[in-house]
Amino acid sequence: MNTKVTIAGVELKNPVMTASGTFGSGQEYGEFVDLNLLGAVVTKGVSNIPWPGNPTPRIAETYGGMINAIGLQNPGIDVFIKRDIPYLKQYDTKIIVNVCGKTAQDYVDVVQRLGDQPVDLLEINISCPNVKEGGIAFGQDPKAVEAITKEVKRHARQPVIMKLSPNVTDITATAKAAEAGGADAISLINTLTGMKIDINRRTFAVANKTGGLSGPAIKPVAVRMVYQTAQAVKLPVIGMGGIMTAEDAIEFILAGATAVSVGTANFRNPYATAEIARGIQAYMESQGVDDICQLIGAVR
Amino acid sequence: MAKEKKTVLVTKQEWLSDDICSMWLKAGSMVSQIRPGQFISVYSCDGSRLLPRPISICQTDKEKEELRIVYRLVGQGTREFSACKPGDSIEILGPLGNGFPQIPPDRTVLLMGGGIGIPPMLELAKSLGCGKTAVLGYRDKLFLNHEFEPCCRVFVATEDGSAGTKGNVLDAVRENGLQADVIMACGPAPMLRAIKLYAQENHIECYLSLEEKMACGIGACLACVCQTKEVDHHSNVHNARICKDGPVFRAEEVEL
Ligand SMILES: Cc1cc2nc3c(=O)[nH]c(=O)nc-3n(C[C@H](O)[C@H](O)[C@H](O)COP(=O)(O)OP(=O)(O)OC[C@H]3O[C@@H](n4cnc5c(N)ncnc54)[C@H](O)[C@@H]3O)c2cc1C
Ligand SMILES: Cc1cc2nc3c(=O)[nH]c(=O)nc-3n(C[C@H](O)[C@H](O)[C@H](O)COP(=O)(O)O)c2cc1C
Ligand code: FES
Repeated sequence: MNTKVTIAGVELKNPVMTASGTFGSGQEYGEFVDLNLLGAVVTKGVSNIPWPGNPTPRIAETYGGMINAIGLQNPGIDVFIKRDIPYLKQYDTKIIVNVCGKTAQDYVDVVQRLGDQPVDLLEINISCPNVKEGGIAFGQDPKAVEAITKEVKRHARQPVIMKLSPNVTDITATAKAAEAGGADAISLINTLTGMKIDINRRTFAVANKTGGLSGPAIKPVAVRMVYQTAQAVKLPVIGMGGIMTAEDAIEFILAGATAVSVGTANFRNPYATAEIARGIQAYMESQGVDDICQLIGAVR
Repeated sequence: MAKEKKTVLVTKQEWLSDDICSMWLKAGSMVSQIRPGQFISVYSCDGSRLLPRPISICQTDKEKEELRIVYRLVGQGTREFSACKPGDSIEILGPLGNGFPQIPPDRTVLLMGGGIGIPPMLELAKSLGCGKTAVLGYRDKLFLNHEFEPCCRVFVATEDGSAGTKGNVLDAVRENGLQADVIMACGPAPMLRAIKLYAQENHIECYLSLEEKMACGIGACLACVCQTKEVDHHSNVHNARICKDGPVFRAEEVEL
């Protein structure tokens, strides 16, 4: 049976990866899952200098999901290169570094620093709803998406995945813009902007007022956007948004995703990523599918 | 041994007051490695309540491999836990966090617990091999106070003055002229802030157990940070993770 998939020339042993920001750089969840079982580990967003993130409370539970406004806290690229990459290199899994910035130059700085590092793919986060500058500002306007994609591609040594925001009217417009800018792959969805009000304290549940909604509550939106994107562009698509089980992952694959990322599910079940990888295999066996590629985009 | 997530059996459940429950869980081999001040994540069986509820470990029975949590009914999650009966099962992840340090036998400790910060102080009181005094603060109704009595002197404070000192834990400390080399405390943020100041002014070594909303509970998501005085070794900014680097911190290390 073949579970291998290829994204921009990089072969993953299976289509299951982690969703940026939910899995750190793998150390913490490495106590629960054998990282060798995963197609790839996608790291927390990293910027050129350390970012302190937002005030607390940073998260709130909502029905079937959660809102987060972490604000891309990260130790900066220097510590990341010294500590996190060597940790991940111990495992037989692909390393995808998620990159964030406030200006185009910030993204370029990080991408250049990663040029000589043993990193397989770069995922450019132009869709974080929780930082004032950068982030989502780059991700909502097709012209800006194309421009930042071009700029990053000009400096990147590794293939580039552009991570798109669902907070747009037409996801195919930003997807096509990323393709036009030279992206090698597209990942989606990032979180949906949301809000929760604490009626007892009569204030916002997260200090940032708004935050990003994730978890099973957003899955139908995510599946729809993955389907539309896969129809609109020729690039491989990495699907995510509310994947809790192997069945959820297969939905995304059938909708057109070449690979999937598992995020919020880790908080509910620290073994989720490995269980989903195993579950996909079980599904293939029971359905008599001998190559996962037969499932990718099989539902049109 | 590492942390684990598992399904465990409820062996006992009882009400300690109108809105406080005590539950014993057959947690198995993880019990042997628990240190006082650590906590577990407890999961709802309703998938619409996705995130685990962090609850301190109040007591352990290493022989029976059981642990006890004492919790206040706050919302739907804790309400669901309170309906569990002996023989029911529940999912937990643990043991989490670092816990309180051990203190040499020649030193004395003041254990201060406020409200739902009292439960973790019980396991701590039972495990410390040094001179110790517990000061427990309540709004009105007392709970757990008698369970401290076999292992230490106990003073209580109530906001309404219905038992012990009228006021908070520090009022009880002052009223009874209590002194010690070390303070260890858990409770609401305003209480911890006051204790930090008190310890600073009196040059007492002080450890505080903090609280914050959590998602992963193991240090991966950066939801549960508190501000630190120095740049934190892991985050490389002035933030430490309460779930992983805490919940217990040296008072002077954190900004409250
Ligand atoms: C390290 C630590 C130890 C704790 N130990 C105890 C204990 O021993 N006994 C006890 O009664 N309570 C304890 N708490 C508080 C307990 O976690 C909350 O009361 C509980 O999560 C409420 O859940 P709920 O579904 O009933 O309430 P809801 O308000 O419906 O919960 C909604 C969401 O907010 C979170 N939440 C609500 N209140 C808190 C809070 N105070 N701290 C963190 N998250 C919160 C919940 O986990 C959930 O994700 C502790 C908290 C922390 C961080
Ligand atoms: C706590 C948290 C932190 C996140 N941090 C990042 C991040 O740093 N960079 C990024 O591109 N996406 C980040 N995301 C978005 C996820 O990678 C993912 O796109 C989204 O949560 C949807 O997937 P899920 O429903 O499986 O979690 C974060 C999500 C959560 C819940
Ligand atoms: S709850 Fe995720 S880092 Fe503490």
